[in-house]
Amino acid sequence: MPKEGQQDIKPDTLIMVRDLCKSFGSNHVLQGLNLEVNRGEDIVVIGGSGTGKSVLIKCIIGLLKPDRGTIYIDGEEITYYNEAKLNEIRKKFGMLFQFGALFDSMPVWENVGFGLKQHTNLKDDEIRDIVAEKLAMVGLKGVEYLMPSELSGGMKKRVSLARAIAMEPEILLYDEPTTGLDPIMADVINELIIQLREKLRVTSIAITHDMKSAYKIGDRIAMLYKGKIIEVGTPDEIKNSKNEIVQQFIQGKSEGPITRGE
Amino acid sequence: MVKFFDFLGSLVIRFIEESGRIMLLFIKTLMWIFRPPLNLKNIVRQMEEVGVNSIPVVLIMSIFTGMVLALQSYTAFRRFNAEAFIGTVVALSMVRELGPVLSGLMVSGRVGAAMAAELGTMQVTEQIDALYALATNPIKFLIVPRFLAALFVMPVLVILADIIGIIGGYLVSVILLGTNSTIYIKRTWDYMELEDIYTGLLKACIFGIIIATISCYQGFSTRGGAEGVGKATTRAVVLSSLIILISNYFIAALMF
Ligand SMILES: Nc1ncnc2c1ncn2[C@@H]1O[C@H](COP(=O)(O)OP(=O)(O)OP(=O)(O)O)[C@@H](O)[C@H]1O
Ligand SMILES: [Mg+2]
Repeated sequence: MPKEGQQDIKPDTLIMVRDLCKSFGSNHVLQGLNLEVNRGEDIVVIGGSGTGKSVLIKCIIGLLKPDRGTIYIDGEEITYYNEAKLNEIRKKFGMLFQFGALFDSMPVWENVGFGLKQHTNLKDDEIRDIVAEKLAMVGLKGVEYLMPSELSGGMKKRVSLARAIAMEPEILLYDEPTTGLDPIMADVINELIIQLREKLRVTSIAITHDMKSAYKIGDRIAMLYKGKIIEVGTPDEIKNSKNEIVQQFIQGKSEGPITRGE
Repeated sequence: MVKFFDFLGSLVIRFIEESGRIMLLFIKTLMWIFRPPLNLKNIVRQMEEVGVNSIPVVLIMSIFTGMVLALQSYTAFRRFNAEAFIGTVVALSMVRELGPVLSGLMVSGRVGAAMAAELGTMQVTEQIDALYALATNPIKFLIVPRFLAALFVMPVLVILADIIGIIGGYLVSVILLGTNSTIYIKRTWDYMELEDIYTGLLKACIFGIIIATISCYQGFSTRGGAEGVGKATTRAVVLSSLIILISNYFIAALMF
């Protein structure tokens, strides 16, 4: 089998995932997954609970080592990079974790300003200013000195989003950015994601179950099913997909090929 | 029978694997210590946690240990009229053995458990992944400060334990049992050699390293929610206590 070479990557492609496999014991989560993300594009990954969406983005940012396959970021193959090199690559990324993953020993402002503190020479005052600005972007005010344990679920999510965007990264990975938010706040976050793309040309991968948000923020939508991306297309293409699995999922029907276990 | 050997074999393999991983973490930690910058704020916070907050337990432990040592050696020594040497026995036992070992066990129970629980919780709530994602090495950020704090604070605690233990012995022997105060103090000093103190402090440093390395390792390798954190905490305390006791013998044998 010919190996995919670097020269095959189109200049427009920022993230390329080829034949990605990842298993946990006998649980074969990803089974030869392919995905390409173009520069400045917002791709939404949808798929059932436990299909491996979080595993996919953790592989992309190097938190999980794939069993097989390759991942290219900006033309560089990072799949088997060591910690030091991964560290450099990760500076291009911001990641919103599904459950926030806020540092619970630090107040909100230190959480959001963590990257700035670690990787820049900014003074605490300057960091606090940037933090306040990022918090305002996610619709939060006056929470700087609260501890994560004092926040509600939705607030945690938004603080975590603020932390992800604080360093103004090139690539953003959102793991369910709107889950647990009220409909209005969810829309604020959708708008923010769109703005980040339009104003800062951020490339992003967003995981979501919320189809409304998927249609709104996605330039393209990719459906993950049984370890592979079974369909990629613009929101309209996905809405009109002929694939029954996709149709069942986006319409949220309990009857269909997914539940019949095909 | 085959099953038994299978089981034994897998146990041995797991033991070797685990020791290897702990050694690896230890080496990585050493490497990160020498890569600037050092996060002084975190180190100071950990020193407070490991050191200052351990002082009460260490004090109580050492004063009662010194007291019981004096009481027991009085009972024994009176039989051959050697009461004058109670001071020597208390001081040497405290400085060479009981000070470091008991402090080590106390600190592994208090601090080791806390380290494993905190880092374990961070592991299962993806906070350690979040550190990686923020391009920060968790060994540098989390383990190095704990390691340095334990390494530097343990000897201080042990010196404190030694002094308080000796005072405890003095109180029982002189005030309670009425032996001669001047002789007690003189016999404490006369037979104490610098080497005794060195050995004790060397042990303290090594125990500090053992506690920090094992507890941080257990924290980082925690899997599976609250239950996992509980298991990691238990393992951290049991394992570091055992290794303290075992290595204590070998250090003593080497120094003999
Ligand atoms: N660290 C891990 N160790 C073992 N198994 C794991 C690990 N992480 C994920 N899995 C398994 O991989 C599968 C996919 O998990 P993942 O978290 O990616 O699902 P998901 O698609 O994000 O689901 P959800 O929408 O519910 O978040 C699950 O079956 C899970 O049990
Ligand atoms: Mg998930």
